[in-house]
Parts: sequence; structure tokens; C-alpha cells
Amino acid sequence: MSDKIIKNGCVVEDERLTVKLAEGEAAADIAVPAGRVLVPLAVWQARRDELLARARSGEVGVWLAAGEDVAALAGDLEVLQLIALHFPKFTDGRSYSAATLLRKRHGFKGELRAIGEVLRDQFNYMTRCGFDALQPQAGRYTDAQLEAALASIGDFTQPYQASVKDPLPLFRRMDRGADREVQQ
Amino acid sequence: MYQYDEYDQRIVDERVAQFADQTRRYLAGELSEDEFRPLRLQNGLYIQRHAPMLRIAVPYGNLNSKQLRTLGHIARTFDRGYGHITTRQNIQFNWPRLEDVPAILDLLAKVQMHAIQTSGNCIRNVTADPFAGVAADEIVDPRPWCEIVRQWSTFHPEFAFLPRKFKIAVNGAKEDRAVIQIHDIGLDLVRNAAGELGFRVLVGGGLGRTPIIGEEVAAFVPWQQILNYCEAILRVYNLHGRRDNAYKARIKILVKALGVPEFARQVEEEFAHLKDGPSTLTQAEIERVASRFNDPVLSPLEQDAAYRARLAEDKAFAAWARRNVREHRVQGYASVVLSLKPYGVAPGDLTADQFDAVADLADRYAFGEVRSTHEQNIVLASVREADLVALWQDARAIGLATPNIGLLTDIISCPGGDFCALANAKSIPIANAIQDRFDKLDYLFDIGDIEINISGCMNACGHHHVGHIGILGVDKNGEEFYQVTIGGSQGNDAALGKVIGPSFAAAEMPDVISALIDTYVALRHDDERFIDTVRRIGVEPFKTRVYADRQPQRKPAHV
Repeated sequence: MSDKIIKNGCVVEDERLTVKLAEGEAAADIAVPAGRVLVPLAVWQARRDELLARARSGEVGVWLAAGEDVAALAGDLEVLQLIALHFPKFTDGRSYSAATLLRKRHGFKGELRAIGEVLRDQFNYMTRCGFDALQPQAGRYTDAQLEAALASIGDFTQPYQASVKDPLPLFRRMDRGADREVQQ
Repeated sequence: MYQYDEYDQRIVDERVAQFADQTRRYLAGELSEDEFRPLRLQNGLYIQRHAPMLRIAVPYGNLNSKQLRTLGHIARTFDRGYGHITTRQNIQFNWPRLEDVPAILDLLAKVQMHAIQTSGNCIRNVTADPFAGVAADEIVDPRPWCEIVRQWSTFHPEFAFLPRKFKIAVNGAKEDRAVIQIHDIGLDLVRNAAGELGFRVLVGGGLGRTPIIGEEVAAFVPWQQILNYCEAILRVYNLHGRRDNAYKARIKILVKALGVPEFARQVEEEFAHLKDGPSTLTQAEIERVASRFNDPVLSPLEQDAAYRARLAEDKAFAAWARRNVREHRVQGYASVVLSLKPYGVAPGDLTADQFDAVADLADRYAFGEVRSTHEQNIVLASVREADLVALWQDARAIGLATPNIGLLTDIISCPGGDFCALANAKSIPIANAIQDRFDKLDYLFDIGDIEINISGCMNACGHHHVGHIGILGVDKNGEEFYQVTIGGSQGNDAALGKVIGPSFAAAEMPDVISALIDTYVALRHDDERFIDTVRRIGVEPFKTRVYADRQPQRKPAHV
């Protein structure tokens, strides 16, 4: 079973601990482990000064739960190299809008990672909304399945809409003139 | 109707390949039941009472003869020989095998059809007036706008996993025939004081468990901005709609919770960022889409003397023409409604042979095109007056010329408990029992315009809340009962019906309808429709009569 992730269309090793606040734990008090970690928004907000250098180097990234407002990070986007957005269930679509806002409205240029229930059948939508890193739950796929899943990123090659990935809608992106008939 | 270009075709072909692979992985055990469910639902595939049900998209009800023949072929080959037109203008097959669905989708793709987003928590098929483009009271043809919304909403990456399903309807006529007030977004094409085209935008309508009439969120959005405005609405909903309770997840609940002014403010705030962005529509794009409809160019014709003579001398033909033929915007032409409500048939059902026969009628008389209606009938939009007699005779031969459009037996009904796993009660046998009771055509004509809508559960697929008489199947301790409302209506003055009292057993329903009709006939003013009488005198006289007439329920004897 694989604990690899997909980054920019390739399957890669990427060991990184996701820190979660257990019930009753306070963001200000928990120990943030050394090494590569993702910390919850609340921890980042409480410990920003302490974590700043590690964030700049990319060692520390911040993850947002579905429904947390990305505007909370608007002032940190020059510092942060990595932001992760959580999908508590793959049918919870809030993080698609969050990703779109982070990229389009706030201009985030760093790594944007989908975490949580991240499944191959959503890879196309996720990458179009600006995720460049896809982290399925450890063990969900075998290495071979994850390699095969790369194909799903390209399920739709010329989508209708403008999105983060395709800044123009199809009618502005391609010539859809009358000479483009379908022969039946 | 709209013809695909290479990009439309590619997107549908890519969907066929994607779903074939998903089905393969599901059958191989790589996708769990829970993981596969939303995927198949967004492809219109339900697991039903007896077998899967496949719902095929009919964008704003438009179909051509080639597509009808493919549907007939699918009904014959993969189903039990029939299909069903739904209250959202789509077509359902109730008996395909899961393993066959990829092959069915492949056949559909070859005639520019698909099952994309016909279910699931995403933006569903866009619906519209079945008389679009030919109605005499039309302000603007809604079809190009529907197509633009269809394309924008198809595989929108941000809005594929909304809190709940999302339905959009577009109206472009004086009289709303698309029921835009009961949609999540209702788009009403209007002109402002300067004569510019735009949309009045309604949000938050819907039936189901909590029926609500949509409210105006914007009085005028310029047409160039309509996708930006819709995106703003969807983003506010996607981020803030409730996800903790499926029954409170529709946008109508969010709008009610925030209040219309606050909801509108949030949409405006989002829209301010999107306005004039890349999704802003251009005149060239509207013209490009409109030009792909290839509508027949119709010149006015002399009124047909033979048709008029036949009306005067043939009572049966005149009855059909009166109910099933509608005025066309071009002189010498008419629109015709084929009734899918003959006695003893499930409302909206078509057999495989009828699909083929309707295709033949379309080719012979209607430029190869038909429209499905949310009342579950079929419209031939443009027929020469001179062809009406021949069309009537051909339609009679295939059982689709019952002269009952808009009459009591033109019942809207969901498939109900005979098919649907969600239903509390059967719908079709109730519709048939009512049709049996009112089988005298002269009496039906005397009763006049009336709409009876039947839903087998509170999901309200049969739109019972907006029926003049609404019938809702309910479960009472494991037995099927029916709650009756009156005074609902669709159209410009859409309203929700009021419950008349305790529910009834199935066997009582024809008597209940008779009592309601008798009350109306006794109390109506000249030329007053049932709904107008209800509005004038209220529910009480109807209620009193129904419950006074009611036979005490006999207990079945033990044998």
C-alpha cells in the first residue's frame, strides 16, 4: 500500500506529518514536531512567530479544515510555501471553492495540497481548481494504482469552464467557429 | 435543436470512457459502494427497487428523431420495452443492467446524448418552456441561454459536490411555462427601461420536504454577466450551504436562514470580484450558440381552409385541436402536444415502438424535432396547419392523440412505489384509478382546465405542491395513504396548495376527487376554472364536502 502522493502530475515520496489538534488540546500549547509538518490553521495563528522561519523554508505548511475561511491566510501567502485543504469526505465540496479563492482571488503561488478523502475520481476537478499536490489517505491505493490514477487528472481535455488551470472558458480558449462541425 | 461541435462531442466521449473505467473498477472491487455511489448518480444511475434506473438528460426538453430512435432501441434492447418522461423533461429507463450502462452511454454519445448530472448533488439538467422559439407570447428565445448555462454547468470543477442538488430553469415568455419559481435558480429573461436584455434572478425555490417559492435576488443582471452572477450564487451556496442535514441542505434553506437581503448582499460581494471576468459572455458567443440550433426558417402561410372546414365538421378532430393544438408565432403553423396520458398507462410512458413512431411523426410533420414537457407529454413545435389532420390520424393510430391536454386526466405523476426506492406509496395506480373514474370526455371538457399532480413521497418529483389538486403518498404505520392539497399552481402566479385534512386510503381517492370536482361544479361561476373557484371561495367548502361524503372505513372481514 502506498503512502506516496501526486505532485505536479508525478507520483513522489513525500513524508510529512499532519498535526491535528485532539479534543481539549490548545493550539498554543501543543508541541509542533520537528521536520516536515502540516499544522492546523489555529496552531499557525497562535504560533506564527515561532514557526515563521520553518514556514519560509517549506518545512511547515498550514492546513485548513473544510469551511475555514482562506482569507485568514491572506497576509501570510508570501511566507507560506505550502497550504493544504482538507476534504473530510470526498462529497464535501467546500475545499474546491477554497482552492479557487486561494489561487484566483488571493494569488497564492505555492504548493496547494488536497488532503483527507482524496480519491482519483476527483483528481480532474481538484487540479482544475488549483491543487498541484494530491495526497490520498495512506494505504488507499497501491503504488501501481496511484500510477494508474494519474490518467484521471486528464479525464477532460478541453473543459467548458474557466478555472484556475484554464484561465479562459472554452469559447475564449479555442476557436469554436462554424468550420468545427462534427461529422455524424 | 442545438448541434454539438467537436468540443461538445469530445466532452461526452470522454465521459463515456471515464464512466466505463469507473464501472470496471467498481465491479473489480477497487471502488467501494460508497465511493461509486456519487459517481454513478452524477451519471443518472440509481439503484432502484427492482433494478438500476438510468436517467438520461434531455437538455431543456429538446430531442430529434435520431435520438428518439436510439431511445427506442435502448428501450427494446436493454429495458423492458419502454421509457418514461420525467417532470424535469428527462427520460428514464427502469430496467437496465449496471453492466450494460457503459454500452448504453456509448450509444447515446453517438447521437449527442448523455446522462451527465441527471442526479447527485450537482447542477442538474437545465429546463425551459417546451414551446421555446415558437410561442406567440415569447419575449426572447430561452434555448441559447439554456445551452450556455448547460455548458457552463457541465463538469464545473468547483460545483460538482454541492451540499445538495441544484436545479436551474429559464423562462423567456410572458407566461412562465418553465416553473422558474420552484427552482434553485430561476432565470427570467427581461428587458430593462433602456430596452437592454438581462435576467431577473430568482433564488431558493423548490418543492420537496420544505416547499418554498423562489424570491427575487436581482431585478436585472445584464446578459453579459449572467454566468458570473450564477457563479457568485453557487460559490456562496457551496461554501455556506448546510452539509450536516440533507433535508436542510438545499439553497432555499440557506436563503431563508440568511434572509433574502443578506443572501443577496453576499452574492453581490462575490459578484463584484467576478464581474467582467473571463466568463463574461460576448455577442459573438451568443450568436455562435444560437446559430447551432439550425431552426427551420418559417414564412407565414395562408390559413388552411381544409383544416378549418374539418374543425367544423369532425367533432373528434375538433376536440383534439381544441386541447392539443396551440397557437404558433408564425401564421399557418401550430404547435401540437402528443398526449402521453391515455387511460390505463403510466403518465409519461412511451413504448419502444412509440419512440420510433414519434420519430417518424417528427420527420414527417415537425422538421425532425420534438420537445419533452415537464407535464410529461411531447410537443411537436412547428407543424403546418395543412398537416394537422394527417398528423392527428397518425397520432391516433399510435395511441398518442387523447384530447386531454390540460384536462383532469392529463395527470403529472412520479413513478412512485411501483419503481422508486424512495417512495412511500404508489402513484401510477392512483393516476389510473382517477382516469378510470373520469372517462367521459364530455364531462372532462365541462370540468375544463385543471391540473392534478401526484408524488409518491415528499421528495415531490410529481410536483404535488403546485397541482391545482395535489396528491402526496404518505406512509402510515406501513400502509399507503394519500394527503390531498388544493389551490396550488404553476406559472406566473405560482402558489403552494393547502392540505384539506387527514389523508385517505388508495381506494378512497377516486371518490375524493369526485367530491372536489362536484363541489367545484356546484359553486363555480361561468367560465371559472377550478383553481379560480378555489381562490375565490377558499378550501373550506371543498373540505366540508369531501369529509361529509367520506364513507367510514370498513375493516376487512376476517375469513
